[in-house]
Amino acid sequence: MFDNETMKLLYKRMNIVRDLEYALKEQHAAGKIRGPVHLCVGQEATGVGAGICLRDDDYITSTHRGHAHFVGKGLELKPMVAEMMGKANGYCGGRASHMLIACKEKGVLGGCGIVCGALGIGAGYGLSFKMDKSDRVCLSFIGDGASNEGMFHEAMNMMALWKTNNIIFAEHNMYGLTVRADRHLSVVNISDRAKAYGIPGVTIDGNDIIEVIQATQEAVARARKGEGPTLIEAKTYRILGFSTGDKGGYQTQEEINAWSTPEKDAIARYGKYLVDKKICTSEEIADLAQAAKDEVNEAIQYGLDSPYPEASTLMNGIYA
Amino acid sequence: MSKIMYKDALRDALIEEMNRDPSIFLLGEDIGVYGGAFRVTEKMMDMFPGRVLDTPISEEAITGVCIGAAIAGKRPVGEMMYEDWVGLTLDQMVNQASLLHYVYNGQVTIPMVMRMQGGARASASAQHSKSLEAWFTHIPGLKVMMPSNAYDAKGLLKAAIRDDNPCIFIEHKLLYGTRAEVPEEDYVIEIGKGDIKREGSDVTIVATSAMVLEALDAAEMLAKEGVSCEVVDPRTLIPLDKDIIRTSLEKTNHLVVVNEAWKTGSFAGEIAAIVAEEMFDLLDAPVVRLGALDMPIPYSPALEPLTVPNKDTIAEAVRKMLNN
Repeated sequence: MFDNETMKLLYKRMNIVRDLEYALKEQHAAGKIRGPVHLCVGQEATGVGAGICLRDDDYITSTHRGHAHFVGKGLELKPMVAEMMGKANGYCGGRASHMLIACKEKGVLGGCGIVCGALGIGAGYGLSFKMDKSDRVCLSFIGDGASNEGMFHEAMNMMALWKTNNIIFAEHNMYGLTVRADRHLSVVNISDRAKAYGIPGVTIDGNDIIEVIQATQEAVARARKGEGPTLIEAKTYRILGFSTGDKGGYQTQEEINAWSTPEKDAIARYGKYLVDKKICTSEEIADLAQAAKDEVNEAIQYGLDSPYPEASTLMNGIYA
Repeated sequence: MSKIMYKDALRDALIEEMNRDPSIFLLGEDIGVYGGAFRVTEKMMDMFPGRVLDTPISEEAITGVCIGAAIAGKRPVGEMMYEDWVGLTLDQMVNQASLLHYVYNGQVTIPMVMRMQGGARASASAQHSKSLEAWFTHIPGLKVMMPSNAYDAKGLLKAAIRDDNPCIFIEHKLLYGTRAEVPEEDYVIEIGKGDIKREGSDVTIVATSAMVLEALDAAEMLAKEGVSCEVVDPRTLIPLDKDIIRTSLEKTNHLVVVNEAWKTGSFAGEIAAIVAEEMFDLLDAPVVRLGALDMPIPYSPALEPLTVPNKDTIAEAVRKMLNN
């Protein structure tokens, strides 16, 4: 699949994402990060696994819950956290928030706070690559809720019609806002909707990073060859609710527990895989987890120590 | 110089720009095989293989694709056909096109043009006759232009295509067949520069799009009554040429603002407010705004013309202002 170093990097990245989310939750409670923050605990395998299948010159469009996507696409932790804290040395100078992070150099273009709002933009990237006869691709992350938006239908049809260089990666985390999927989706599997556009659709276990990588690699290869888009649906679970502003009460503890067991949890499973396959020893696993913690702590401190943007820059660059 | 039609001036602008810059492409409903609902892109699909795309009827995705393509380095020109349909895609303009350059801290530019047409008096009924430019002028990050003749249409469309910002380019269905002298050689009209369409000394009429023609007719009528009207066409609403309005008011001290949009919340109100705020000392009388009646536009030929300003209502407003 990948060399052992990369396999270990993935484990570290998954840990970085989870540690980051809990650290952000803490910083939010302390008032150091403001606004609603959408955390992706439980969904580490999707963003990290899909991201490793892409090149720097490939683009992703993300969602409001994009931290695993950003880490997966290779963004650095420090400017990410600085952005989340509204600081001048954040990826977007503190203008974007955790939701709208972008980094052109790494092909993160970008986060999006409107559900399904970036899928058409992703289609525009894919169309441009196709027009240029390039093998670059755009992978657009969306959630289960996004598959009920008008843009989902419009963009899917267009991408399929024109066989653009796109991958649509739906993270089905069982909830759209606070509404459980069986009360907002007319189908059990979002991948069934691919049939409506005449493109391949697959449902995978989104907590199994190996499945995520296999499905993404296949879809990316198809898009690179100019054979058009694939809809990947990764079933996963949103452990921490919609956002830091979520008052809860609609996800049962039994349900959360069931998705948190070592048999279900994405990080525990991948750790076991690495040991079973003798890619890592248990000690190495522990070391990687500790390294992730250290990096997150360092990034949080970096964010806290970073300066806010100057008021004099407020209205710079409204127009190009 | 030959007199050519507004629709052909637009077509010439597109062809000349596409010949100049291979990153430009067109997408929209009916623009390819059919040649455009208003014939602006006639036969262009054959002239530019792969660069004139007939799209599904998917307004939201058309705009989204324009934004993505623009960020990826192309210069897309989208067509919305009817301005009334823009409600189906406003999210992409309000939440994406207008703000990503700023929010991403200058990492991306969005050099896209969205062409659309609006306006009443073509018996197109309530869902195909509106003037919604104020929706766009309200959104920082967009540029908005409304050319009133073939010369301005060509020069402004070229400028919009070359501009690095999302431009909303609003045409008028009654203007496509109008003719103006258009030079053969390449020219652009600076975005944000208005134009005096008729010089005068008693009253300034600021008018936009097809209302410029009505204002010119009104000025002609009033001239016979000894009233001298200056007709100012801002051509671009965002950014607005305030100086041309100020210079005119320094001469006339009277202002009538005419647009075809609903009067309440219209851009005419914005112009009136700017003048009240910044040029109050130049006024000898209260500003008068003319716009469509605040109501859905009815179909019947007996009713539709009553909803929007025309040369008679403009002339009447001027007479009333000067007689008070």
